[in-house]
Amino acid sequence: MIKVLEPGIETTVQDKGREGYYEIGMPPSGAMDRYSYLAGNLLVGNEENASSLEITYMGPKLQFEEDAVIAITGGEIPPKINDEPVPMWTTLTIKKGDILSFDFVKSGARVYLAIAGGIDVPVLQGSRSTYTLCQIGGFEGRALKAGDELKIGEMQETSVKEGTAIPDEFIPAYKKSHEIRVIIGLCSYRLTEESKQRFLDLEWKVTPEANRVGYRFKGERLNFVEREQPFGAGSNPSNVTDLGYPIGSIQVPDGIEPIALLNDAVTGGGYATIATVISTDLSHMAQIKTNETVKFKAVDLDEALEARKEVRRKLDKIRELTTGQK
Amino acid sequence: MSDKAIISPLPGVFYRKPSPEEGNYVEEGQQVEAGDVIGLVEVMKNFHEIKAQESGTVESFLVENETVIDAGQEVAKLK
Repeated sequence: MIKVLEPGIETTVQDKGREGYYEIGMPPSGAMDRYSYLAGNLLVGNEENASSLEITYMGPKLQFEEDAVIAITGGEIPPKINDEPVPMWTTLTIKKGDILSFDFVKSGARVYLAIAGGIDVPVLQGSRSTYTLCQIGGFEGRALKAGDELKIGEMQETSVKEGTAIPDEFIPAYKKSHEIRVIIGLCSYRLTEESKQRFLDLEWKVTPEANRVGYRFKGERLNFVEREQPFGAGSNPSNVTDLGYPIGSIQVPDGIEPIALLNDAVTGGGYATIATVISTDLSHMAQIKTNETVKFKAVDLDEALEARKEVRRKLDKIRELTTGQK
Repeated sequence: MSDKAIISPLPGVFYRKPSPEEGNYVEEGQQVEAGDVIGLVEVMKNFHEIKAQESGTVESFLVENETVIDAGQEVAKLK
């Protein structure tokens, strides 16, 4: 058992996500920074889809009531065991009675606590991920609260030697200004040429409305091409006939404040989506904080697929490293 | 370095009062104890209390009410 002494501000159980229900309006949820989440599971020898804790901005304080093997990955929210700093991206052991806590966030926005065996919560539609808006999945469908008790599961596949550390070259670093790669579309034809360019040229500021559902940005108004309202579309120029929203798609309701839709977002609707964050950079999006800035860089599908291959290569190397040091 | 500070662990909109109709949590010159609430930060559609990490006298606030602040930003100086 792990006892939650302090919950942090939004600590939820997440795995790879609830895939396969998008068409009935169920978003996947799941770890927002999938790279860090997967690396965490590799460091503790878990199966790929084992459930971890996703911690946002402020770490929880957890008392372990049994010995455990853990790893903390993601942005930099420095962990401590019994008030002594311990490294991130490293296989750690924690003893019965020890307390895991965290310092203030230094960079990034989220960390993942992987525990050998994973966190034992009921599987719902193939996933242990929490979807807080619908109050389902994870630990009672909600973020953790003080007094909760988490049970360690049986999702460990192999044991990894204590002290196994991921080399620096595989650890992303985050500044306060970010570049996020997007593919332009699906409905970018609705923007004027000038606004399309402004979207890519501007440094967008992340507003306080930035969470697992989506990130809202401030910059300047974008303008849409004049048109006759098509059948089934709303009257606002930013409306189109309803479509499925890709995860990572960016819409601009009324031309003000673009919103990037993320893991817990609505799955479809009638706003023109002007660009979509490439899947690998969704992990980076998860590490962006309110009040930081983002510049969107347009890439083509080849580059997006190459980026995906590169992340797979990195995770394969991490897998070799963790399984080779048994 | 005798100067101490109150730091917000979170980014978001900083408020000095619990609600628009009420007064400030603390005024400059006032004594605070560790754990006293000195403001709120609104982020991810929730409000979180910002507490003094140590005791002292609030010398000055370094951010205005209702401004957006960074995680780790000093919001007030303590003496």
